[in-house]
Amino acid sequence: MSQMTSAELARRDAAAFGTSAGDYVVLLKPRVMSLVVFTGFVGLYLAPGHLNPLLAAVAVLCIAVAAGAAGAINMWYERDIDLLMERTRNRPLPAGRMAPGEALGFGCVLAGASVMVMGLALNWVAGALLALTIGFYVFVYTIGLKRRTPQNIVIGGASGAFPPLIGWAAATGEVGWPALALFALIFFWTPPHFWALSLYRADDYARAGVPMLPVVAGPRETKKQMLLYTLVLWPVAVAPALLHVTGWIYGIAAVILSALFSLLACRVLAGSDAGPARQMFGFSILYLFLLFLLMALDRTSGPVLGLVSGLAPAFGA
Amino acid sequence: MMVMTVMNEREKRIRAKNRALLAALLGVVLMFYLIALARMGNW
Repeated sequence: MSQMTSAELARRDAAAFGTSAGDYVVLLKPRVMSLVVFTGFVGLYLAPGHLNPLLAAVAVLCIAVAAGAAGAINMWYERDIDLLMERTRNRPLPAGRMAPGEALGFGCVLAGASVMVMGLALNWVAGALLALTIGFYVFVYTIGLKRRTPQNIVIGGASGAFPPLIGWAAATGEVGWPALALFALIFFWTPPHFWALSLYRADDYARAGVPMLPVVAGPRETKKQMLLYTLVLWPVAVAPALLHVTGWIYGIAAVILSALFSLLACRVLAGSDAGPARQMFGFSILYLFLLFLLMALDRTSGPVLGLVSGLAPAFGA
Repeated sequence: MMVMTVMNEREKRIRAKNRALLAALLGVVLMFYLIALARMGNW
């Protein structure tokens, strides 16, 4: 008897038992969703004015559902290349646990519902931005750029940068300069984050024919570009403090964290094995998480002010 | 025996999916009710 692969086993399992509820959860890319939700929440939290807590929760839920919807449509479109990559071949579609139309329908219904609820419950500026984000991720990044150019995640990274903008718009009904600074932070963070991953997954991307920078231009050029982007991040990360959205504690932390990020990029450039790239990928997630957490803790208005910046005079600063 | 097991597992999965769908629908109804209250300024 010939040995069956895990994908073949999963396909046989699906044919016998049907799709499980857990497969729908996988389709929403929960790990990606968590960072999107967090940055969206911080955008909403930093915005001036007051928002009913329930409506704020609905706004965050809409951002989460929209991110999941975009992920589901992305998995539907990429089911052919997902089958070729080690990292993605056990997803519900390539593993044969779900029919493609089912995933597309699920994604479209969630996308439409999230935009409608955001528009009706909060405001249509936030609703329109949410629709733009889903459209950008699906049409510009997934369908337009990903298989064509090594700049795919540079331009496509904008879709991941929209959530704080949407959160801000949900609270204020408009897009302000501080929100654009948060957008810029995620936009310039995305390339070194993804290129660190693609450095040690280059074989996978090459097998699937995805022209990631390490596949097309080689590791050396990718590492140089990563370092350049981490240097650009210095002023961008400090911008919320310069725009007086946050206090000076955040500003100092942003400089320290950006310096560490650049230092790791230097180690990646100097090294030849996958270790530093893996380390940089892990740190990139921590970097963005800590920056947004510190922004929330050190915002210049609202009830949390006293917890961090408000302590400074007590210590003679 | 094998056929029975497959049928039971299949039914179990369908039932779990139906329950998840019901919970989602009830959640949406509750959410719209609470949004209406919040928008009208009663909560």
